[in-house]
Amino acid sequence: MTFWVTQALNGISFGMLLFLLAAGLSLIYGLMRMLNLAHGSYYILGGYVGLAAVRVTGSFVLAAVAATATVTLVGIVMERFFLRRFPEQELPQALLTFGFLLIFADLSLWLWGGTPQTLPKPEIFERSIRIGAIVFPTYRLFVIAIGLVVGLGLWWLQEGTRLGAMIRAGVDDAEMARATGVNVGLLSTAVFAFGAFLAGLGGIIGGPFVGVYPGADFEILEMALVVVIIGGLGSLKGAFVGGLVVGLLDNFGKALFPELALFTVFAPMAVILALRPTGLFGAR
Amino acid sequence: MKALVAGGAVALVLLVALPAVLSSYQLSLLTKMLIFGIFAMSLDLLLGYAGLPSLGHAAYFGVAAYTVGLLALRVANNFWIDFPAGLLMAAGMSALFGLFALRTRGSYFLMITLALGQVLWGIAFGWRSLTGGDDGLPSVPRPRLPLPWSLTDGVPFYYFVLFFFALAVGALAVIASSPFGRALVGIRESERRMEVLGYDVWRYKYVAFILAGLFAGLAGTLFVYFNGFVSPSYLNIVFSASALLMVILGGAGTLLGPALGAAVIVGLENFISGYMERWVLVLGVIYVLVTLFAPSGLVGLARQRMRSSGS
Amino acid sequence: MTALEVHALSHSFGGLTALADVSLAVAPGERLAIIGPNGAGKTTLFNIVTGIFRPSAGRVRLFGRDVTRLPTHHRAQLGLARTFQISTLFPRLTVLESVLLAVQGLDPARFVLYRRRAAYGRLLERAESLLAEWGLADRAHQVTRQLSYGEQRQVELILALAGAPKVLLLDEPTAGLSPAETASVAEMIRRFSRDTTILLIEHDMDVALDLVDRVTVLFQGRVLAEGSKDEVRRDPKVAAIYFGTDDA
Repeated sequence: MTFWVTQALNGISFGMLLFLLAAGLSLIYGLMRMLNLAHGSYYILGGYVGLAAVRVTGSFVLAAVAATATVTLVGIVMERFFLRRFPEQELPQALLTFGFLLIFADLSLWLWGGTPQTLPKPEIFERSIRIGAIVFPTYRLFVIAIGLVVGLGLWWLQEGTRLGAMIRAGVDDAEMARATGVNVGLLSTAVFAFGAFLAGLGGIIGGPFVGVYPGADFEILEMALVVVIIGGLGSLKGAFVGGLVVGLLDNFGKALFPELALFTVFAPMAVILALRPTGLFGAR
Repeated sequence: MKALVAGGAVALVLLVALPAVLSSYQLSLLTKMLIFGIFAMSLDLLLGYAGLPSLGHAAYFGVAAYTVGLLALRVANNFWIDFPAGLLMAAGMSALFGLFALRTRGSYFLMITLALGQVLWGIAFGWRSLTGGDDGLPSVPRPRLPLPWSLTDGVPFYYFVLFFFALAVGALAVIASSPFGRALVGIRESERRMEVLGYDVWRYKYVAFILAGLFAGLAGTLFVYFNGFVSPSYLNIVFSASALLMVILGGAGTLLGPALGAAVIVGLENFISGYMERWVLVLGVIYVLVTLFAPSGLVGLARQRMRSSGS
Repeated sequence: MTALEVHALSHSFGGLTALADVSLAVAPGERLAIIGPNGAGKTTLFNIVTGIFRPSAGRVRLFGRDVTRLPTHHRAQLGLARTFQISTLFPRLTVLESVLLAVQGLDPARFVLYRRRAAYGRLLERAESLLAEWGLADRAHQVTRQLSYGEQRQVELILALAGAPKVLLLDEPTAGLSPAETASVAEMIRRFSRDTTILLIEHDMDVALDLVDRVTVLFQGRVLAEGSKDEVRRDPKVAAIYFGTDDA
């Protein structure tokens, strides 16, 4: 019992982290048909910058601000000066963003070294809550709460605001959106920046339990891609459900079948792919 | 066309003559260029001709390399079994993955080929008892063939690879100019139109996918003999992406262009790694520069140059 | 026997009805125009006949054979060809290469991968004779996207003719052309073999009626009227939609 509850909690909190990353990836794809392979870099950049900021300021909140601001800025520069030149051309986008993935990976290795590091948790989340025989680390609960808050916020943004209507218009038909006077250029930058922000936030949030290390960028990217493949590119609901599914599969897979760890994530993905090539909630 | 054939003949004569003047180290670098050239050309069949941007092409290279490595180490170092088995596994794996990947297009195709490739990487990485995990398979022996020369020596092995390189160029050139290859180009330009003209588009793409896997497998097989070692890094996304880069850098849809792209990347890696540790950083910058400034590749640039000076 | 018959065809896109219970039959060699305002379901009908869409209900028969479930390429092998309203030519290929692809599509050698295409002289011969026949021989080595719009339309028609189709669907072949270009494309259609059954979608009623034997009028996904040219011209319902919805 304890095992199952603890693993489920770990799986859900990892799933929420994946949701933060997949939501950005998916939103960016949905609006701009742009596949950003450097999305995993935003995670480690968020983590490393956060770590450096914590060491200087000692404050988790300030570190979060510094990390997300840096990553958002990186996202804006990439979108404005590079990706914008290749609208709806998946191959140049893939090559370009993969180049950035390598650049950030090597720069991080250069600046911060190869040792895996973890961010210190904020002090108030150092404790655990005990219910019966089961121990809940409060930090995991905090991560789940963040995921839910971001999820609800995004849902409200998409369904309940003018900005959301613009984004949905862009998702459905960029031409149409342009014709109705939506500034698609500015909107693209904003959405890209927001996606980068979420990934940077992921780096800060994930830093204390997943950690930052060389290769985390690739691992997180792959996991986030599996999430959007399962959930469907461009779908917020898909990113949320997919994040939970992959988070749980990954945790139970690692715990129950350590040799087949990745397989427990990829095999269900292949099955879903065979049944629904555009994912559970993707547009046909 | 005539210029191309003449150029190819000159290149072949050069490649045959080069061992006479190269050091053994340079020769081994050239051998690696030829092997990666086959790999890049195999992807060109998919990307340059059929217009299918696979981001998981390392899967077939790696699966062939592991198959040959495992058979040679654990069963028997018998070229006549190990070599065909490597090719067969690569073709079989692409036949399987193609069923999934070809249900999608564009960015989905990129993502799914990437994810499928990572499945194999995950297995190679996790299944330590079979694959040695992160440590890979060391000391894979060179094949023993009934030849007067031993393939453990650099020069005979170079000719062994050159033989397969020439074979691959010839076979791929015929495929590319065959009715099948021309149809792939039509599919790249407009799938819908090709269907209406009577082409079973899916079947063309599927066969192209399997052929590309087969030739990638040839490269993987040669590579494990050459290198004597294979690790999960020859299955992962970085290697798959580098194949894409080689194709684009050389010029997609030009067949020999991608082989040239492979030679440039292998050469640069070797040269730059000799001076500094930051090859990955440089490689990342090359991706960005190629995308921005040479989207039609070296062959495309050369053609532009010829056109502007010719007219 | 009919060359092409559609029976009780219905189709909807996400709840929006595009076609409702459409039936029509065309005899071999007959030329039928399908006219109607935008959104009447004309192109949807073509997409169903060629197998690009599967209908929600109804049947499509080609020379008596039920092809409703056959894939597009299979129908092409049975002698069904079409042109597109929005050009989907091969923009980066030469005119000759495009026509070669069209000729090769119905040739038994289309799947051969162990011989160069140049070894099949009949393909090149046929492609060149098509280009000569339709007056585009001097454009053979030009890249398609560099042609004028009118010439692209002609290439479009040649691609459809390459396999000597038994049934040919033409989707607004003169849309967007100048009066002179329209005249030359109309002249080209007039010269098509009388053995070829033709369905023609046209927006411009005058062009359409000039080229065909019979007319079917679609309106809001249904058959509004059908009959000879004169019958349709005199039909008050047709006049109502044509003059009622006219921009002028």
